[in-house]
Amino acid sequence: MIRFLIRRIAQAILVLWLSSVAVFLLFFVGPGPTQVARTFAGRLATAARIAQIKHELHLDEPLPVQYGHWLWNLLQGNLGYDYYNGQSVDSVVGQAIPATVSLVIGAAILWLLYGVITGIVSAVRPRTFLDRGFTTSALFFYSVPTFVLGLSLIWLLAYKLSPVTQFFPFHGYEAITANPGKWFEFLILPWLTLALVQAASYTRLTRTSMLEVLNEDYVRTARSKGMSERRVILVHALRSALTPIVTLFGLDVGTLLGGAIITEKLFGITGLGWTIVNAINIQDLPVIMGIAVLAAVFVVVANLIVDITYAFLDPRVRLS
Amino acid sequence: MSTTDDDVLLRVENLVKYFPVKSSKFFQQREYVHAVDGVSLEVKHGETFGIVGETGSGKSTLGRSVARLYDITSGKITFDGRDISRISQRQMRPLRREIQMIFQDPMGSLNPRRRVGSIIGDPFAIHGLASGAERKKRVQELMERVGLNPEHFNRFPAEFSGGQRQRIGVARALAFQPKLIICDEPVSALDVSIQAQVINLLADLQSEFGLTYLFIAHDLSVVRHVSNNVAVMYLGKLTEVAPADDLFTRARHPYTGALLSAVPLPDPDQSDGRQQIILVGDVPSPIAPPSGCRFHPRCPKAAPACVSDEPVLEPRLGDGPLHTAACHFPMAIGENLADFHPSIGEEQRVVEGAGLLAGGPAQANATQAEGSKQ
Amino acid sequence: MSMTPPDIEGDDARFAGNLTTIEPEKQPAAARIIRGRSPWQLAFERLRKDRTAKIAAGTIAVIILLALFAPVIAAALGHGPNQQFVDTGENAFGDPVGPNPTFWLGTDSSGRDLLIRTLYGARVSLVVGVLATLISVAMGVLFGLVAGYLGGIWDAIIARLVDVVLSIPFLIIAISIAYISHPGFWLVVFVVGVLSFTYPARIVRGQVISVKEKEFVEAARALGAGPIRIMFIDILPNIIATVIVYGSLLIPLAIVSEASLSFLGVGIPPPTADWGQMISDASNYYQYGYWWYLLFPSLALLITTLAFNILGDSVRDALDPRGAGIYE
Repeated sequence: MIRFLIRRIAQAILVLWLSSVAVFLLFFVGPGPTQVARTFAGRLATAARIAQIKHELHLDEPLPVQYGHWLWNLLQGNLGYDYYNGQSVDSVVGQAIPATVSLVIGAAILWLLYGVITGIVSAVRPRTFLDRGFTTSALFFYSVPTFVLGLSLIWLLAYKLSPVTQFFPFHGYEAITANPGKWFEFLILPWLTLALVQAASYTRLTRTSMLEVLNEDYVRTARSKGMSERRVILVHALRSALTPIVTLFGLDVGTLLGGAIITEKLFGITGLGWTIVNAINIQDLPVIMGIAVLAAVFVVVANLIVDITYAFLDPRVRLS
Repeated sequence: MSTTDDDVLLRVENLVKYFPVKSSKFFQQREYVHAVDGVSLEVKHGETFGIVGETGSGKSTLGRSVARLYDITSGKITFDGRDISRISQRQMRPLRREIQMIFQDPMGSLNPRRRVGSIIGDPFAIHGLASGAERKKRVQELMERVGLNPEHFNRFPAEFSGGQRQRIGVARALAFQPKLIICDEPVSALDVSIQAQVINLLADLQSEFGLTYLFIAHDLSVVRHVSNNVAVMYLGKLTEVAPADDLFTRARHPYTGALLSAVPLPDPDQSDGRQQIILVGDVPSPIAPPSGCRFHPRCPKAAPACVSDEPVLEPRLGDGPLHTAACHFPMAIGENLADFHPSIGEEQRVVEGAGLLAGGPAQANATQAEGSKQ
Repeated sequence: MSMTPPDIEGDDARFAGNLTTIEPEKQPAAARIIRGRSPWQLAFERLRKDRTAKIAAGTIAVIILLALFAPVIAAALGHGPNQQFVDTGENAFGDPVGPNPTFWLGTDSSGRDLLIRTLYGARVSLVVGVLATLISVAMGVLFGLVAGYLGGIWDAIIARLVDVVLSIPFLIIAISIAYISHPGFWLVVFVVGVLSFTYPARIVRGQVISVKEKEFVEAARALGAGPIRIMFIDILPNIIATVIVYGSLLIPLAIVSEASLSFLGVGIPPPTADWGQMISDASNYYQYGYWWYLLFPSLALLITTLAFNILGDSVRDALDPRGAGIYE
């Protein structure tokens, strides 16, 4: 087990390092040093300021050295300095993270519950009206692009039904610490949008996974022993069926923490995705790179957690 | 030995091939499957050398090791005067025109998604010896030679019968008129009537092209029919080597005797009069073979010496140099194995465990003989 | 027990996973001739009986036809895709005009015929979807073959590469690339295609690993074939069919990816008619009652994606009726 842990963690570190190199190459190297400095300096910078920044950022030094500086800062938790807004990237990120976390975790709870429950129901009563209903709707929401669903929901709930649901705001965000009520209101539609789209995959996956498990011999054995149906399903079948679901869930949450860009932009949730899109628009490199790396960290760590949990549950994984 | 070295096409000396077993314990010593554990033999030009053994004896591994489909663990393989034991795959490539293989599974050894003409033409394509119309012509010649209709050039393997598919395999191996063809159970998967056809084909080709065969099989009667010399393998070691007729009429090793007693005899009177030797137990695991003589847990003549000392493969009971056996108590002519009982108790047999300590004297452990089946 | 259908339906009990099979197969008549059929033939038979699959396939066919004949329709109506009709196509405020006899679906914010633009948008989505998928599949096959057959260090390297690509969110990479170099048709195709190679690569790798143990691969090695020859001439033909099937599931994903990029403003640049871009623009107008501008491109996108997904699902279920799918 220890061997597996060490191997897996080393792997994660390797991937993180490679991702940092990729981010560096993608954003830092592409534009070229003068362009980068100019970007950092802001639109109205003078030539002198640009030269100064160039030096500050070690842009006149060879690439590997630049990378080294950046990486060193990263490892110390310093994501860089945002010249546009005059604050450290860390604080930009710090302001954005709660919004993203609120959005993703909230939606995650919704979609997990809904997806798994509907999946179980579908698997347990296959080809009934319920099953067909859930599966069809899953297929539908699986196919809808997020922004189409978001806009449709906004239109439906904020405009069409406006006498009734006028109070549903559809753009903006308020921190939970400042105003919990408003926080909740701002997040309802985004949660709904994200959850509906994501839940579709979970309904389908749970259904498939459960069906496979329900056909297995040991389930039949449990049934024939006279165990109540509910117990068979919930205790025995679900336990094995859950593994791919848990895996997917971990990966999804990890990816979305850095990548719920469309939802955030559409609903004005000032999270990481929203921030990075704006940063890209104005070419605010430190912010772009900082968030990109952060996103990679989320994904890799999520992967790691999922793998390790999986290894705890299923010893066969450790040996491969 | 009266053979000159020029005569010997293939010489194998102490060939060892172990496969590592993925250990389920972390800090345990690595375990190995002792597939081939010190095999030596000589195959002369133009002869058919048969290798017989049960499943798990290592005969297939031996064949593939000689063909250098594996890297060998230790030992020496000399082919046509050249040491091929450790050469790289790249160096081996040109030699593959001279050593070919025919496989057991006629369906499995042919790519189901490729046309037969393309499959047989592979050797030409791989070694760049013919292309286009020339290649097609030679492929069709080969098809005809092995008894297939050259018009079926463009068919898929699934459209042929088992026997025909094996002929395709033969045609493919024959493309270069290799010096040595290793036949790994070439007829085991075929119906008996078809077996005869394919064997006759192999014999014809041998005389026509001067081929040398290493013929691996588990069916004794087939091996007797085709071979000049035969070696019997058990758990990675050779137990007896002899000219074909000698082996069948004057077997020395009890294992050979047991195998022979199981061969169906066409004459029912003879068959009824014969007493079948039924060996006790399964073949032990090749990961930890028995100590001393590997056959001792199942041998009707087992004695304490068999547990402690591994017998050497050498002529016994006054046989000539061509007939060797690895047994402390070889069978004399006329001996009936059914009359014998082992002189060691079950508790004295070391079925499992000495393998890691590669032979040598072992204490008589109280290891269950029957229970240690893999 | 209501779990599984009674056993007389035999194989059909496994159809529980296929929601699109409407009725169970009838009990075979005793004297029916048994003809051996390959797994592919069996799959095709199942597909043929699948009503929803046929509807989906038909829909896709219609979409393709409409896309193909968009220029013809445009010429017939006399409305080009980028033609702005300032007088008839815009209202007093310069905003879109609703559906009427001249503009069947109305106009967009620049007075262009929405019907024609929607049809042209199909061209973009389909072409990008298919091209990007081709690139993904090609890359996936290449990497999957190498990782699966050569294994060892190659497998490790490719696995890490996949990890890195998956760790940085697709949209971030895509948007950034679009900013570094100017957005354009081919850039979008390549970005979507290349970044999606991970799914087919994984599938190919799995397939290759199961094929490479087969005896005919060993036979090829015995003949002296090198790894490249074995990968492409021996192994590839045995996996290509499965790869194509699973690869085609990528098409709807590619279409949505492209639309998302356009929605964010980094897809194919205007004035090319593109559903994502149209929806993005429409999001500035729909709150004022100009609903058609949002509705029709959204509907087109939705129907296209839905049709491809349904067909893909049905094909996959036809191949593996137990309903076990791959969701990665």
